[in-house]
Amino acid sequence: MADSTAAEQPNNEQRVHALVLTGFGINCEEELAAAYRLAGGAATIVHFNEVLGGQTSIHDYDVLNFPGGFSFGDDLGSGVVMANKVRFRKLPSGRTLLEEIGAFIQAGGYVVGICNGFQMLVKMGLLPDFAGQQEREVTLTHNASGRYEDRWVRLAVNPNNRSPFLKGLTSLEVPVRHGEGRLVIRDEQVRSRILAEGLNCLTYCDTTGCETAVYPLNPNGAELNCAGLSDTTGHVFGLMPHPEAFLSLYNHPDWARRKRLDPTLSEEGDGLKLFRNIVEHIRQTRAAQPTEATANQVSL
Amino acid sequence: MSNTASHTIQLIPRPGQHDGEGARVAEAARRHLHLHTGAVQTSAVYTVRYPLTAAQLQSFAAQCLQDPLLNDAALDQWAVAPEFKSYILVAKGPGVTDDEGTSAQNALQDFLGLDLDIRTQHIFSKRLYLLEKELPETDLRHLAEELLGNKLINRFVVGHTAQGIRDFTPQPGGGADSTTHTIRLEHLTDEELVQLSKENVYALNLEEMQAIRDHFYAPATQISRAEAGLTPDPTDCELEILAQTWSEHCKHKEFAAVIRYRNAVTGEEKEVDGLFKTYIKGATSEVDRLLRANGNDWLIKVFSDNAGAVRINKDSLFVWKVETHNSPSAIDPYGGAITGILGNNRDPLATGIGGARLLFNTNVLCFGPPNWSGPLLTGQLHPRRVFEGVRKGIEDGGNKSGVPTVNGAIVFDERYRGKPLVYCGTGAVLPMQLDGKDAWEKIIDAGDRIIMAGGRVGKDGIHGATFSSIELDEAAPATAVQIGSPITQKLAMDFLLLATRRGLIKCSTDNGAGGLSSSVGELAGISGGATVELEKVPLKYPGLRPWEIFLSESQERFTLVVEPSKLAELNALAAEMEVELSDIGQFTDNGRLDVTFDGQPVASLALEFLHEGVPRKVLDAEWQLPTLHEPKLPASLDATDLLIKLLGALNICSREAVIRQYDHEVKGRTVVKPLMGRTGQAPQDAAVVQFNFESWEGVAVSNGILPRYGDIDPYQMSAGAFDEAVRQIISVGGKLPNLTPGDGIFWSVNDNFCVPDSVYDPVTNPDGKQKLAALVQLCEALRDMCVAYHIPLTSGKDSMKNDFKADGQKISVPPTVLYSMTALMPDVRRAVTSDFKAAGDVVYLLGDTYDELGGSELYHLFGELGQNVPRVRPEQAKELYQKVSEAHEQNLILSCHDLSDGGLAVAVAESLFGDDNLGAELTLAGALPAPTELFSESHSRFVATVAPEDVVAFEALMNGRATRLGIVTDNGRLVIRHQDKTVVDAATADLREAWSNGPVNRVMAGEELTLQA
Repeated sequence: MADSTAAEQPNNEQRVHALVLTGFGINCEEELAAAYRLAGGAATIVHFNEVLGGQTSIHDYDVLNFPGGFSFGDDLGSGVVMANKVRFRKLPSGRTLLEEIGAFIQAGGYVVGICNGFQMLVKMGLLPDFAGQQEREVTLTHNASGRYEDRWVRLAVNPNNRSPFLKGLTSLEVPVRHGEGRLVIRDEQVRSRILAEGLNCLTYCDTTGCETAVYPLNPNGAELNCAGLSDTTGHVFGLMPHPEAFLSLYNHPDWARRKRLDPTLSEEGDGLKLFRNIVEHIRQTRAAQPTEATANQVSL
Repeated sequence: MSNTASHTIQLIPRPGQHDGEGARVAEAARRHLHLHTGAVQTSAVYTVRYPLTAAQLQSFAAQCLQDPLLNDAALDQWAVAPEFKSYILVAKGPGVTDDEGTSAQNALQDFLGLDLDIRTQHIFSKRLYLLEKELPETDLRHLAEELLGNKLINRFVVGHTAQGIRDFTPQPGGGADSTTHTIRLEHLTDEELVQLSKENVYALNLEEMQAIRDHFYAPATQISRAEAGLTPDPTDCELEILAQTWSEHCKHKEFAAVIRYRNAVTGEEKEVDGLFKTYIKGATSEVDRLLRANGNDWLIKVFSDNAGAVRINKDSLFVWKVETHNSPSAIDPYGGAITGILGNNRDPLATGIGGARLLFNTNVLCFGPPNWSGPLLTGQLHPRRVFEGVRKGIEDGGNKSGVPTVNGAIVFDERYRGKPLVYCGTGAVLPMQLDGKDAWEKIIDAGDRIIMAGGRVGKDGIHGATFSSIELDEAAPATAVQIGSPITQKLAMDFLLLATRRGLIKCSTDNGAGGLSSSVGELAGISGGATVELEKVPLKYPGLRPWEIFLSESQERFTLVVEPSKLAELNALAAEMEVELSDIGQFTDNGRLDVTFDGQPVASLALEFLHEGVPRKVLDAEWQLPTLHEPKLPASLDATDLLIKLLGALNICSREAVIRQYDHEVKGRTVVKPLMGRTGQAPQDAAVVQFNFESWEGVAVSNGILPRYGDIDPYQMSAGAFDEAVRQIISVGGKLPNLTPGDGIFWSVNDNFCVPDSVYDPVTNPDGKQKLAALVQLCEALRDMCVAYHIPLTSGKDSMKNDFKADGQKISVPPTVLYSMTALMPDVRRAVTSDFKAAGDVVYLLGDTYDELGGSELYHLFGELGQNVPRVRPEQAKELYQKVSEAHEQNLILSCHDLSDGGLAVAVAESLFGDDNLGAELTLAGALPAPTELFSESHSRFVATVAPEDVVAFEALMNGRATRLGIVTDNGRLVIRHQDKTVVDAATADLREAWSNGPVNRVMAGEELTLQA
């Protein structure tokens, strides 16, 4: 079922290769794959069942992507049914996909979840996962407004963040498109560790870059005004807004006015920077450790 | 918990967790029903009918259903805190789609690692509402039916917690029922035939019933029936198939009828040989000739498939379809709208071979006023409820399918309060070739298998096609309701995409109205016959009779045509993608549609009679001039005040609260969105969507609809709606087709007529001739406009009985036509948005203003209709559009907004909504009175801005067609002068506030509006 463009790319061996999961109501796989390609990487879209069935191994890729959408229609809570597949379904290897993901991260792979994908990661217990037990320490639930909303927001990037996706960024604009984006944190202990370790890597902010709880700048009422989280290793990253929906200037609702005021404005969108970052980061990591370029083939 | 074989899991909000839904229910009960519930607590309830151990149940609840941060779980007992005195349990009725239950089954299967039966319902999802106050059961039931569900779909159990909580779990179906009845038509009197048609919801008239009777008892038919092993009398299945196939919905009998037309005003008399053939197909044939004569050969497929297709470039086709889903939306707004969207999505998906990639949705909705305070007839839902339900259906239908809703419109008129109009449009891209074959062709040979894909079949939606072909009344059948399952359809859609690209599917079609009877019946026309074995159709539950299986409109199904040699590979792919396929028969070439159940024949119909046997109607139309007058407005009008009132008018005010709940940018290709600018609130004309990430090619999408003008002049209403859609596309930078040889600028238009019953009857429809005459005029205008602009119609739909009858009264929609247009945008980066961009830019009015306030929003403020309806002057308009496109090509125009409801003043105000810091200083030099200059809705006009350095070039190019009005300022005020007087002076922020705080956003915020709102 693979819809791969990698084969068309020269020097595929060297390309940073993203695996983009789809199926069961995921619906942002095309723009997410396009983001990696535009960033100079390669991307392969595969159906979830192809991974669960063992035909595709996540270990053959550098970045594992859980895109946005409405997996299983958000029934039982957003991302829950898909997270259950990852937690409970046994692959032919005899391990669950969650166990495979653990090995993948240990071997240096990166995992990112956007919107519904972020919800899945949270419900798998991969974020923030202080205890290392994949227990639910935070959750994502219905927006304070009670509504699904599509609107553009500004995010401040935590300078202490650990995600290579966010390297060099201080602020960015992106659309949110969700009904269940309100982050709820289990207890004070988890909250203070998130803050102390800078895992709240993205925060809803106003036009001046200051964190805000004011609706609709914070569109969902998330605790800590948090729009995105990473784990302590920086290898797992999830966010509610959609960077893959801002690949070109022409995605922005104010592009025409901005272009009028500055005809030299770049045609690239803010969102593309995240993908350029991760592709560049993995490339540099490989260059620094040439002998480990294929290290992510290891198993548990 | 009466059923000991089942388990119940109840999820209750944890202490301290906000119960948003409960709070909203309490608030809505207070506002809309004046019921004081006290606190409301909601819980999700799952009834599980799988045999589970106590330990399994406990860990399933904890691991799969419960969110440990948000809720606690109660197992096999009700958790009811003592402060709650009343309850309402909302369950789904038997056989109603329960996606949440199915998802829970999926989760259970993954959790246990077992291969469970998850295709039939074993987990049932419900909601339990606990109310603090002890309300009478009648109030609880009222609350349940008005706010928590729909009695056609849901079962409500209400009561007081002191007596314990009673449960309800559907027990669908009985035993299998393979009974087929025969129905004797011979020797029935005319009255009996008509009565039979009515009792069985056949929606066939006497002449049609007679034609069926005569056909069945003809000697030749009797011989072939005996050969097929069938009785002399027709079977229930046969009559049902004929009724569906011959329904207005499927056969468009009134658009095919001979119409004897007389215009009493002009004295003109003529016989129209079918509206469709004469005006719609006729217009497109003429346009096609004009296009081809000029080397433009992009018109690939029109009217002959589920959607029309035009060529984008050598590799791909653009497929475009707009349909209505009015009747279902009237009785079940949510279900009607969601199945409307999903059903319309299936049309482009299953055009030609099938497997197009869906690019966008657009929706146009007509409702009664949400602040309606008049009486409601039996069975009629309040317009606010219809609005909210339809909106939610569109949200889920689009968002959950991953198809962006890029634009749309909402029109309010009291006459839509009986039947709303719900127009759903979908654009898609289909590769030119699939596995080396022309993707737009449907080829079927005898021996090909008939494969049903997608959802299973239940009793939902039976009689949808016939039901939508009659007036709605209080006895609307519950089975006519369908519930959509976006997730089931998404799975089928993903599957179709891959299967077609691998060449596994020869062609496909959608199962919509009429279910298998229509889809197989139509496809059989290609090969010359088909045999269907109904026992092979998988059911949601037992108890369906053969004819019900064949006619069921259970959603999310496709009929696939597959060569036997490809079946194994197709089945393997389907299994991997978790899509259920069923091989239910084969195509033949014996000229018959044969249907069997367990080897016994239940229907055998000659295809020729099925498709061509319906008698042609002859209808009368006569146009009388409506009594109209041009009102005299008060002499001293404050135009600023009028502008503010207009911005807050129901048909002009902001729709932001609706728009934001639709995902308009999934897929990352929406370049012109519904709302833009620095504020994200400037309303736009056409949407612009990029086709893919590899090129900047895209498509502009617009909608034209002007029902109120039809009360004055149907011809000008239709022409105006057409022009409105055209000028929106010109406004964003589109270009008329066929201006230069071989330019390849495709346009593809869907026409959708929604009219009241237009068949004259002296008693039940005394003004039927006038209504039909109006329809003829709508069609005449459509033909004229298509030919004038060289724009082809590629697909469309007509919905002919938009009346709601109950309690001896009838509410009829005004004759309404929607033109939904798409056109190629060679480079989306050159799109022009409506909002003013920078101070100092020069503001122009493009086009001419006439004394045309008839049907205007201004007159509507004064409760007047008027007479001087805006007229389209197509030659002048076309010349202007060419100049505007030329100016776009030279990058001279920085903003462009088409003028429509509310005229120039509203358009200028809207152009400022992108940035409160901007204003404009304008002077109107025209000789007409200020209210006319400001608010006349004359067609084919734009307000545009141009950079100061481009003014000379722009004016030279426009050559007198652009009137300089003034400049954009940075003082945040709109000032308009007319004949040396300041007529409008208002802060941009105040204008935007009036518009944003209009009734639509307030209704969405849950406000109860007064009549004056």
